[in-house]
Amino acid sequence: MNTAVNILSLGIPFSVALLIASLGEMFNQRSGVFNLGCEGIMAMGAFLGMLVPYSVGHGGPTAEIYNVLGLLLAMGVGALFGTLFGLVVVTFRAPEGIAGIGLQMFGVGVAGTLFRHFIGGTQSVIGIDRTPIPLLSAIPIIGPIFFSHNVVVYLAFLFVPLSWYILFKTPWGLRVRAVGTNPRAADSIGINVNRVRYQALAVGGALAGLAGAYLSLCQAKMFSDGIIAGRGFIAVALVYFGHWHPVKIMGGALLFSLAQSLQLAIQGQGIAFPYEFAVMLPYVLVIVVLAFSRESQLLGPSALGKPFNREKRI
Amino acid sequence: MHKITSLRMEHITKRFPGTLACDDITLSVGEGEILALVGENGAGKTTLMNILMGLYQSDEGRILINGEEVRFKSPNDAFSAGLGMVHQQYMLVSNMTVTENIALGYKAAWSALKLDLAKVRARIVEISDKYGLAVDPDAYIWQLSVGEQQRVELVKTLCLGARFLILDEPTSALTPQETDELIVLLKRMKRELSIIFISHKLQEVKNLCDNLLILRHGAVVYEGKTADHSMADIAALMTGHEVELPVNEEEACSGAVVLDIRDLDVKSDRGFLALDGFNLAVRCGEIVGLAGVSGNGQRELAEAINGLRRVERGQILFYGEDLANKSPHHIIDSGMGYIPEERNTEGIVPSFSLKENLILKDTEREEFSNHHFLKNKAIEENATELRVKFDIRSPNTSVAAGSLSGGNIQKVILAREISRKPKFLLAVYPIRGLDLGAAEFIHKQLLEKRREGVGILLISEELDEILDLSDRVAVIFKGKIQQILDRKDANRRKLGILMAGVGDDQAL
Repeated sequence: MNTAVNILSLGIPFSVALLIASLGEMFNQRSGVFNLGCEGIMAMGAFLGMLVPYSVGHGGPTAEIYNVLGLLLAMGVGALFGTLFGLVVVTFRAPEGIAGIGLQMFGVGVAGTLFRHFIGGTQSVIGIDRTPIPLLSAIPIIGPIFFSHNVVVYLAFLFVPLSWYILFKTPWGLRVRAVGTNPRAADSIGINVNRVRYQALAVGGALAGLAGAYLSLCQAKMFSDGIIAGRGFIAVALVYFGHWHPVKIMGGALLFSLAQSLQLAIQGQGIAFPYEFAVMLPYVLVIVVLAFSRESQLLGPSALGKPFNREKRI
Repeated sequence: MHKITSLRMEHITKRFPGTLACDDITLSVGEGEILALVGENGAGKTTLMNILMGLYQSDEGRILINGEEVRFKSPNDAFSAGLGMVHQQYMLVSNMTVTENIALGYKAAWSALKLDLAKVRARIVEISDKYGLAVDPDAYIWQLSVGEQQRVELVKTLCLGARFLILDEPTSALTPQETDELIVLLKRMKRELSIIFISHKLQEVKNLCDNLLILRHGAVVYEGKTADHSMADIAALMTGHEVELPVNEEEACSGAVVLDIRDLDVKSDRGFLALDGFNLAVRCGEIVGLAGVSGNGQRELAEAINGLRRVERGQILFYGEDLANKSPHHIIDSGMGYIPEERNTEGIVPSFSLKENLILKDTEREEFSNHHFLKNKAIEENATELRVKFDIRSPNTSVAAGSLSGGNIQKVILAREISRKPKFLLAVYPIRGLDLGAAEFIHKQLLEKRREGVGILLISEELDEILDLSDRVAVIFKGKIQQILDRKDANRRKLGILMAGVGDDQAL
């Protein structure tokens, strides 16, 4: 019983970086652009997020402010790089797959280099600590699983209904969905396709940056070269897995991270099971689920990956 | 929001690199008038309308609405002036509802945090009542038929405030019944607004339009009353020469059955049975026209015959041999000729040269290859000969086939298929999107093959094409043969009713 509670209460915070990043990627893809560079933006977010509290913070009553500044900086730079990605793939119509891989390598490389220059070695920060919700966190079982996390975790799960509302109930969401499915139709009634795609990419970038900063500030409380560890790519896969719908994407993120915390538990309990296979478990799970989930062409963004060019017919 | 009582485009000239798309065109439309704009592909109709809608800027000339000059820098300017266009390809987002599609352009319902769908719905109801256009606001676009989608397009354009309509080939995807309904509707609508009607189909132009403007090579060749000219005259003015589409008038042939399709079941991409117990037989020296609204199993039939789609059940007997689930290679070798629906993606390899496309099916034959090395000289000679024989207009035989016009691409495919001396020809929408000159050529070639004793299955939505060429007409509806008629019994009305899925008994 105790082990089960532990697996669940660990799994939920594990899912947060994936959840935030893949909600961002969902906006990208709904607008018709897929950003494989998510991993790179997350790496930069992770470094910048901890740089602020590391260089000026050091505890004290103002620490919280520097943490928030770190998160905001990560989001701002993420949005900037989302926009730059837009310049490459929306304006110059470069192939999105290649441009995304470029952005991934660039982001990871720059974050690592700046890290060695400004910080150097393994340095930890106080980071953002857990804020158990009064009363609710005292409930047995449910309390530790759902109500004993840090603020960003609560925020991330609030993003799920929020992004659903934005996508399906606001004019902006309507425009995003339209330019991702039939950009020519959107163009014909006076919607600026490329502008909407830029906006979606900026939102997606900001969320990727935030996801990265979550890893360094809330989860690891430090930065290292491999901190993102492929989560950016998993996030892209989760968007397909979740059929571009926030709730299903949340399901995917939870499934993956519960598998992750299960494999940690297997290792931690000293069960005689080769740990190499345990580590593989979550990734194998994603591949298996993706292989068996049917793509729903009717509802997804059918113009995904196709640059828009008004002058070009067919 | 006053009416648009007159619209004039004066001396419009538009140059593209190397071509003069519009050459000093003047047109005017008065209140409650329907102007037909006709011309062959590339005559400049679309460019002219794109200028009117603010998508292109004209090099010279001006536009006047109600006597005042206007300048449109973007489609938004044209909308706010009250112009609305229904494009040939519908501009609808398939995974959104009718209401959402209209909300996309209806800015009155937008606020930063909320989309007021109730307001959009009220507007839709208002417009559909006013013009008698019934639409279901909550249906998803992908659930609607082509005719319904077109109504949504009309409602959308009107909801967004159009007081002047431009319809670009609005009937090209409709059944004959839907076309008739649209024409009745437009006649009613012209009490409220003026319309520019672009079409290839001269019958509709004669039925609907008061005035006529014919373009050829970017210039106006005729302007005046529609009633003053016969359809043949209009066709001649469009093309610059007398056009006479060939008609099959010979005795029906009673040769042996060469293609015999029995109880065929084939699944569509979405997994349901697109062909469901399909039966059809074609004799040698006979053209069987398969009429039907596209999407009733025609694509799946063509693919199954050519080995491109799995047959679930049934037989495709070709000279006695069952071709069901045989490889395309085997089917080609047994003498099947195929003019596919998608000429650019299935008929040719666009980036390959003209001469390479002409031998795509014969790369292993000794005539063109020597121990797996291509014989370039033979390939060149073959192309030179076919280019002349089939009147393929291209600078040389080495140009990329994809750079040719639609009509010339179709001639390349026809040349390849016919020069292989097929025992049978399957032609799918062979003249779709082609102008009259190219259509005439292709029809003549098909009739020529028929005379030589080749069996031909012609799949088409164009009733004129079917009626002109066929010895027998079969009507397909929802994957089954609805009925097979002899040429003498077939007419537009009858076929139209059958295509809409109404059995003969119910019609009487």
